[in-house]
Amino acid sequence: MSTDNSSTEKSVWRRAFEWHEARLPLVSFIDNAVGTKYPAPRNLNYFWNFGFLAGFVLVLMIMTGVVLAMNYIPHKDMAFDSVERIMRDVNYGWLIRYMHANGASFFFIVVYIHIFRGLYYGSYKAPREVLWWIGIIIYLVMMATAFMGYVLPWGQMSFWGATVITNLFSAIPLIGEPIVTFLWGGFSVDNPTLNRFFALHYLLPFVIFALVFLHVWALHIPGSNNPLGIEVGPADKIPFHPYYTIKDVFGIGVFLLVYFAVVFWGPNMLGDPLNYVVANPLVTPPHIVPEWYYLPFYAILRAIPDKLLGVIAMFGSILVLFVVPWLDTSRVRSANFRPVYRVFFWLFIINGMVLGWCGSQLPEGLPLIVGRICTLYYFLFFFVLMPVIGWMETPKPLPASIGSPALKAAE
Amino acid sequence: MKKIILAAAATLALASFTASVFAAEEVHIPKEQWSFNGTFGKFDRLQLQRGLQVYKEICASCHSLKYVAFRNLAALGYNEAQIKAFAAEYEYPDIDDEGSDTKRKGLPSDYFPNPYPNEKFARASSNGALPPDLSLISKAREGGPDYLFHLITGYEDPPAGMTVMDGMSYNKYFSSGNFQIAMVKQIEDDKVTYADGTKATTDQIARDVTAFLHWAAEPMLEARHSTGLRVMLYMIVFTLLAYFLKRRIWARLDK
Repeated sequence: MSTDNSSTEKSVWRRAFEWHEARLPLVSFIDNAVGTKYPAPRNLNYFWNFGFLAGFVLVLMIMTGVVLAMNYIPHKDMAFDSVERIMRDVNYGWLIRYMHANGASFFFIVVYIHIFRGLYYGSYKAPREVLWWIGIIIYLVMMATAFMGYVLPWGQMSFWGATVITNLFSAIPLIGEPIVTFLWGGFSVDNPTLNRFFALHYLLPFVIFALVFLHVWALHIPGSNNPLGIEVGPADKIPFHPYYTIKDVFGIGVFLLVYFAVVFWGPNMLGDPLNYVVANPLVTPPHIVPEWYYLPFYAILRAIPDKLLGVIAMFGSILVLFVVPWLDTSRVRSANFRPVYRVFFWLFIINGMVLGWCGSQLPEGLPLIVGRICTLYYFLFFFVLMPVIGWMETPKPLPASIGSPALKAAE
Repeated sequence: MKKIILAAAATLALASFTASVFAAEEVHIPKEQWSFNGTFGKFDRLQLQRGLQVYKEICASCHSLKYVAFRNLAALGYNEAQIKAFAAEYEYPDIDDEGSDTKRKGLPSDYFPNPYPNEKFARASSNGALPPDLSLISKAREGGPDYLFHLITGYEDPPAGMTVMDGMSYNKYFSSGNFQIAMVKQIEDDKVTYADGTKATTDQIARDVTAFLHWAAEPMLEARHSTGLRVMLYMIVFTLLAYFLKRRIWARLDK
C-alpha cells in the first residue's frame, strides 16, 4: 500500500478519525458489538427483537428518570406533593412521569417476552449459560429497582407495598427482624426508608447498564442462538448492521406505537388508584397488591401457608432459573423440534398468567386453590418435567444447516 | 410477517392481560358518557364552569381541593380579571408589617383553602369521618369518574334487614365502606341555580361536578390527547418507513 498516495486522498476528517481510532477504537468497538463486524444467524425471528428493545427501554427509563429526579423531593411530607407538582406545573412533567411509570410496566413486558424466548429456544444451553445467568441477575436487579421506584410517589400502595415486601425478610430465622430494621433504617417504613430507596433507585439502573454490557459481551463469545437452535456456520450468518439494526428500528417503532397508546390514552390503566392517595401509616388498605409484574410471585408466596416456606418458594421460583441449563436434559435447544416439551412449555406460560390473576385476588376460596395448583405446576415444570421430558422425548430431526429453511421462509 | 404478528400479539396479550387483572370490581359501576373520554376527548368548558359552581356551593364546605390554584381556572375559560375577582372572595392568613397576624385577600397564585383548620376539627365536625381532599379523587378510586357520578347519586333506602349506623347513609356504590357512607346525600334537583341557565337536575349537577373533579385530577388531559395524536401520527410514519427500509435492505440477501 503506497501510504503517501492514499493519505493525500483521504480527507482531513478521515485522517483525524483514524488517528483517534488508533488510540481509542471506540467506533470499531461499537461496530464489533452491534455493527457490521458482528455476524448473526440469518434466520432470527421477531422474538429476537426484544433484547435490543429491553436495552432501548432501559435508556428511556434512565432519561425520563433523571429529569424526574430533578423535580422530585424524597421526603415523606413532600414526596407526594412534589409528584403532583410534576404532573401539574412542570413543563411536560405529566408526559415524563407517565412515560416513566408506564415504561416500568413495558420494561417488564419486554423482558418477560425476552426471557420466554430464551426458554423456548433453549438459549440458556451450552455454551450460553453465563449469558443466561447475567440475564437473570439483570432481572433480579430490575425487580429491586422497580419495587423501590414504586415506593417513591409515597402513595398508599407505595407505603403498604413497601411494608409488606420488606417484612418478608422478617421470615428469616434469628436475623430476620434485625435485617428488616436495617432495611427500613428504623422501626417502620418511614422517611429514612424513602431516602435510601430513592438513592438506590437512582443507582441500580446504572448497575443494570453495566450488567447489560456484560450480557452483550457474554453474547458475543458464542454468538446469537437462533430459532432452529443449531450451530450456524459463517455462510448462514449476516452482519448485524444493517440487517438487524434496521429490523430493531422497525421493532422499536411497533413497540412505541403500543407504548404511546397507553401513555397517552390509558396512563393509569396499569397502576393502582390507591396510589393517588397519600401514604397513611394509620390506614391499612383492605387489599394490598403489588404491581402486576410481581403478581405471579406474590401468588406463589401466598399459596404456601407457612411464611418462611412461602418466602423461600417465592425467591426459589426465580432462582431456579439459574440451574435451568442443567435441569433441561435435552440435547436439542429449540422447542420447535421438541413436540412433547413444547406443549408443557405453553402450559407453563398460561400457568404463569393464571398465577398473576391469583396474585391480584384475595388469598381465599378459588384464587387460593388455583394459586396452589399453579404453584405446584410451576415447580413441577422445572424440577420434574424439564429433566424427565429431556430424557424420554424423541425430538424431531434437526436440519443440517439453516440455509434451506431460512431461504424457504424468505420466499 | 407471521412472526411480526405473533410477536405483536404476544405484546398485546400480555398488556391486555395485565390490564384485565385490575378490572375486577366488587359492585358493577355502569359506564357513563364523558366529553373527555376517547381518542379526541376534551373537557366541556361550560360544564367545568358549572361544576366549579357546584363544588364551591356544595362540596367546598367540607372538602378541600388543595392541588388546584385559582390561576388554574384559566383552563375553564375564565380571564385574568375574573380569576382575580374569584380569588379575592377568599381570605388567607398573613403577617402585616408590624408582625401581627392579619388576613389578606386571595390571589390567583393561592390554592383553594381547606375548610377546616386541622384534621381533628374536620372529624369533629363530620361525625368522626374525614372528608377527603378532592383534587385527585377521580383518579384515586376504582372506576374513576363513573364511580364518582354513581356514588353521589347512589343514595337510596337501605335494603330490608340492614341497619344503618347513626349518622350514616346507605349508598349502593360505597362498597369500600360496607355501603354506609358518612356523607349525607348532597345533590338534589335545583340545589344550585346555574349562572348559564342550565336546568339543575340531580343528574346534571352530578355530571357537572364529576367532570370538574376529573379536570382537577387530570388538568393536562387535553394536552395529553393532542400531543398523543401528533406523536402517534409521527410514529405511524416512522414505523412504516422503517418497515419498508427493512424490506429493502433484506432484499439484498435474495440476490
